[in-house]
Amino acid sequence: MSVLVYIESEEGKFKKASYEVASYAKAIAEKMGTSVTAIAFNAGEVSELGKYGVDKVLKVNNDKLNNFNAEAYSDAIKQAAEKEGSKVVVLSQSANSKYLAPLLAVQLEAGYASNVVALPESTDPFTVKRTAFTNKAFNFTKISTDVKVIGLSKNAFGLKESQADAAAEDFSPSLSDEDFSVNVESVDKATDKVTIADAEVVVSGGRGLKGPENWTMIEEMADILGAATACSKPVSDMGWRPHSEHVGQTGKPVASNLYIAVGISGAIQHLAGINAAKTKVVINNDPEAPFFKAADYGVVGDAFEVVPKLNEKLKEFKEKNA
Amino acid sequence: MKILVCISHVPDTTSKINFTEGDTKFDTNGVQFVINPNDEFGLTRAMWFKEKQGASVDVVNVGGAETEPTLRKALAIGADSAIRVNTPATDGYQVAKELAKVVQDGGYDLVIAGRESIDYNGGMVPGMLAQLIKANFVNNCISLEVDGDNAKAIREIDGGKETLTASLPLVIGGQKGLVEESDLRIPNMRGIMQARKKPLNVVESADTNTKTEAVKFEKPAPKGDVKLVDPENLDELIDLLHNEAKAI
Repeated sequence: MSVLVYIESEEGKFKKASYEVASYAKAIAEKMGTSVTAIAFNAGEVSELGKYGVDKVLKVNNDKLNNFNAEAYSDAIKQAAEKEGSKVVVLSQSANSKYLAPLLAVQLEAGYASNVVALPESTDPFTVKRTAFTNKAFNFTKISTDVKVIGLSKNAFGLKESQADAAAEDFSPSLSDEDFSVNVESVDKATDKVTIADAEVVVSGGRGLKGPENWTMIEEMADILGAATACSKPVSDMGWRPHSEHVGQTGKPVASNLYIAVGISGAIQHLAGINAAKTKVVINNDPEAPFFKAADYGVVGDAFEVVPKLNEKLKEFKEKNA
Repeated sequence: MKILVCISHVPDTTSKINFTEGDTKFDTNGVQFVINPNDEFGLTRAMWFKEKQGASVDVVNVGGAETEPTLRKALAIGADSAIRVNTPATDGYQVAKELAKVVQDGGYDLVIAGRESIDYNGGMVPGMLAQLIKANFVNNCISLEVDGDNAKAIREIDGGKETLTASLPLVIGGQKGLVEESDLRIPNMRGIMQARKKPLNVVESADTNTKTEAVKFEKPAPKGDVKLVDPENLDELIDLLHNEAKAI
């Protein structure tokens, strides 16, 4: 009956989003009067999960699962859910979780709600609040199946500490060749950079920066803040920055704690993609730029003057508060 | 190779989002509908397979008659024929189940869908469809090549990309990168004229149950006004970010 939570790790370490889904699973388990079981793949030490309310951890150790594989992971999680008799399975909305969740939902004959932003309004009927229309509205979805799969949006619930055992238990799901019919040939990943998906702060530049040679100050700000760098669509279309940095409706979504937009006017497609960021700052010389309507804080000024000054001040601030 | 491209009929990005009937229904009044952008990247890639590798390309939508102009637009872009499953789209599972029947009846080798629609953003249909028909599945697909029965796909992952191989039948959840924005095609007059004569087959629903139901909608609370900081006083910005927003 326990609530099952899929815990993502990278190189054996848990991501912050994993502690958030664990916290959320714990809160649901309390509502339903049950415990929390986590499933983790090739993870190292798992006791840390106890701090976020996980009672038991099913540890899957299998070299074939070193690379993420949606079908195989989904099959393993399904078997864990059946073993635990779980009625609710919680996962994050990372690229990998979004990849496997629909497969898992079909395997479990479960209703799936993605982009969930709060605890269920009620658990009987089971109704959750989700974002819709690219963050322009919320949608309350009733899940009518016995088993439910919940995808929790990043930074929607936060971390909640509690005390539990996180007792480790080895778990060996039976996986067939069919689970591995999509082969990973190669993975190309920058390991030294903060990703837009994981970043607490994202610093983003637009056409107002006039050319790719002017990104040094954006990268400097990102360095100071430990942030990921991003850009608007025209900037990636013109080839000033790689496509992987494009944030917006057809690019990557941003749900960071802080989003700083420099020289971005704020086209509706851009704002749709970054709306889920908690605090938004815009620096732009045009006071009529639509971004000022969407932002929490704004500086009307020339980016080439404001950003270097701001970088100096941020550096001082970080040194003082280190 | 037989390709099926799934087309969602979605409100244009600039649409005002409003609800009616006690906030239980999306208000389509005055809303301009378009091909879902993620689907349009996939459709354009499908055109490439048609022109370079002789593939056939059909498009499909699950929805009422009001979605037909969107299917006609896909035909004008170059799809060979269209299928409309005549039932309102209510949840991801139901749509996937309807599509599964279309794929099985049509014997498609490759199904291209968008990673998500820009209305409900569920991101469910491609994966559920793949699971239902036991096909291979690649999500967030930004590059796709097919050689005989073998596909090579690149998937965007958090912080990089991953190259995958899989045999057909294959379902992909596509996005920008499959083709570039500049590759997207605006239907020309000839395409629009031809599209009128191309088949648009209406098939009846496979009588599918839903697993979830959108019970009501809500708009976010209106945002407060932006706080403007003087560019000569950036200490104030740092103070606000630290003490008020707790963001640094």
